[in-house]
Amino acid sequence: MSVYVNKDTKVIVQGITGGTARFHTKQMLEYGTKIVGGVTPKKGGTEVEGVPVFNTVKDAVDTTGATASVIYVPAPFAADAIVEAVDAELDLVICITEHIPVLDMVKVKRYMEGKKTRLIGPNCPGVISPDECKIGIMPGYIHTKGHIGVVSRSGTLTYEAVHQLSQAGYGQTSAVGIGGDPVNGTNFIDVLKAFNEDPETYAVVMIGEIGGTAEEEAAEWVKANMKKPVVGFIGGATAPPGKRMGHAGAIISGGKGTAEEKIRVMNECGIAVAETPSVIGETMIRVLEEKGLAEKCKTH
Amino acid sequence: MNIHEYQGKEILRKYGVKVPNGYVAYTVDEAVEAADKLGTSVTVVKAQIHAGGRGKAGGVKVAKNLDEVRTYANEILGKTLVTHQTGPEGKEVKRLLIEEGCDIQKEYYVGVVLDRATSRVVMMASEEGGTEIEEVAAETPEKIFKEIIDPVVGLLPYQARRLAFNINIPDELNGKAVKFMMGLYQAFVDKDCSIAEINPLVTTGDGEVLALDAKMNFDDNALYRQKDVIEYRDLDEEDEKEIEASKYDLSYVALDGNIGCMVNGAGLAMSTMDIIKHYGGEPANFLDVGGGATAEKVTEAFKIILSDKNVKGIFVNIFGGIMKCDVIAEGVVAATKEVGLNLPLVVRLEGTNVDLGKKILNESGLNIIPADSMADGAEKIVSLVKEA
Repeated sequence: MSVYVNKDTKVIVQGITGGTARFHTKQMLEYGTKIVGGVTPKKGGTEVEGVPVFNTVKDAVDTTGATASVIYVPAPFAADAIVEAVDAELDLVICITEHIPVLDMVKVKRYMEGKKTRLIGPNCPGVISPDECKIGIMPGYIHTKGHIGVVSRSGTLTYEAVHQLSQAGYGQTSAVGIGGDPVNGTNFIDVLKAFNEDPETYAVVMIGEIGGTAEEEAAEWVKANMKKPVVGFIGGATAPPGKRMGHAGAIISGGKGTAEEKIRVMNECGIAVAETPSVIGETMIRVLEEKGLAEKCKTH
Repeated sequence: MNIHEYQGKEILRKYGVKVPNGYVAYTVDEAVEAADKLGTSVTVVKAQIHAGGRGKAGGVKVAKNLDEVRTYANEILGKTLVTHQTGPEGKEVKRLLIEEGCDIQKEYYVGVVLDRATSRVVMMASEEGGTEIEEVAAETPEKIFKEIIDPVVGLLPYQARRLAFNINIPDELNGKAVKFMMGLYQAFVDKDCSIAEINPLVTTGDGEVLALDAKMNFDDNALYRQKDVIEYRDLDEEDEKEIEASKYDLSYVALDGNIGCMVNGAGLAMSTMDIIKHYGGEPANFLDVGGGATAEKVTEAFKIILSDKNVKGIFVNIFGGIMKCDVIAEGVVAATKEVGLNLPLVVRLEGTNVDLGKKILNESGLNIIPADSMADGAEKIVSLVKEA
């Protein structure tokens, strides 16, 4: 099992004719992902990597039966692309695009209220269920199939954590990047819930960063609801206040959103927080050993 | 992006938000001329820097005549103001706002920000104006009132009215306060603000509701559609290297240490700073080359790091996803060939096209110290910089 995506997930690529999308369409296909179509306005009827291109999301969905979409559309047009996917009633929309104006996302999020579509991202690496389906931009080879769930606000830190787990012999059920923007479709709690309900996931790594209070809220949720051990890491302990650290969401403002406070709350809620990003894997293994889960989780 | 108070007031004026009359001045003579033009009995001389806390640092003076305007302008222009927001090095004042004085009855606070918890824009107001809103929030949170705004309809008059009642603006000024708040919200959304903060908003003896100060920050991601906001950019207020980096869409923040960092991804870049500190080093910068960087951009990034005279060593930490390791490697090689390199350089490559990237570095003949992991790389660069 896995969360959100699996070997049967049929995916379309929005913005498929762009350079980045082409490259990653090829990578996703090579990984085994069922990419069944692409969308670029006015490029309908052409092909990318053998995948048929359509003018609209609706056309692509009607023809291919896709249930998920991945968006590589440039930032000024990305909000429109998300809404188009929601209107085509896809189950899952994963938006890779970074630098979307935040007020665009406020509108998108409002528009999505009451709709069935789940949005992951924007500004995220995507979702992977190892050996089954890779949707996004993450390097496939570092992942192995197993029992650890990974959820993260940062793309590259997700890779870091996954790589450490795989190298130590602990595969993953799914790795979900929720993105570094202040307004996103899916938050930590949504993903933690999914992992909590997934019978194949035995433990979860949660990677946060400075800015906002999403990690604190997630930690409280873990304390109240989570049946599985959670290990955490927070990036940006040494970041100066008032400076936006790359991600629009990663900024300490008004004394809020510091790593110190997040780590304090996470520890209080029973989450073991790795001291440096290079010991996320080790910390997980230690916790698994304490809980007697190490053997059950070891996959290779 | 930040702008000055006087620029913020210029924007607000266009949205029907009342602000005192005033002019910007770059010289003492211009300041006196501006005060003369205003012709008011009391004039306020205000330092224009991108930081709060100017009053306490001596950057705001009330002048009763033109001679006093001259004296204060002379005193403040060119002065380096150190406030709690400037850092210890302070900021030099190069512009003044010369503004008419007003008869303040009471000070309030109104601010518009994004509320991350609800993914909505929220307007906050308090009758504890003049002080830092963070202090009010910490000490008397019951004195802060919030209205969460639905983007479909925007701020509604009843919400503004309710805020005005809640913060005890006199009933006879309620209508003016509502107009003020509606204008402020409209400016916020039209201009893609990330913050629009009026502290203080004042009521005056002649029955006006005025913005005495204006702090406006803008969403960098939306600047492409805010051409007139970009015009307000003041490069004097920004770090030179940060300006250079922004030309190439690189996300760069200058820091005080001596280890230059080049990383892909904001989370990894922050964590690279953290781990350097963990091993006893000090990062010289935060630098995220982003996902779509080309070899040229990477070259520029490398040159920016090298232009920092404090840098004694460089750590390149890449975990390629959308970013390809070979692109990074090409950029590093091109930059070092162009500008020369006599500092220790530790490179850790992992992820998309890693083998190709490592091959390019190996064949370049450059003296590059490879690292197996982030921790290994951080340890190596910290010890190399300490030896140097």
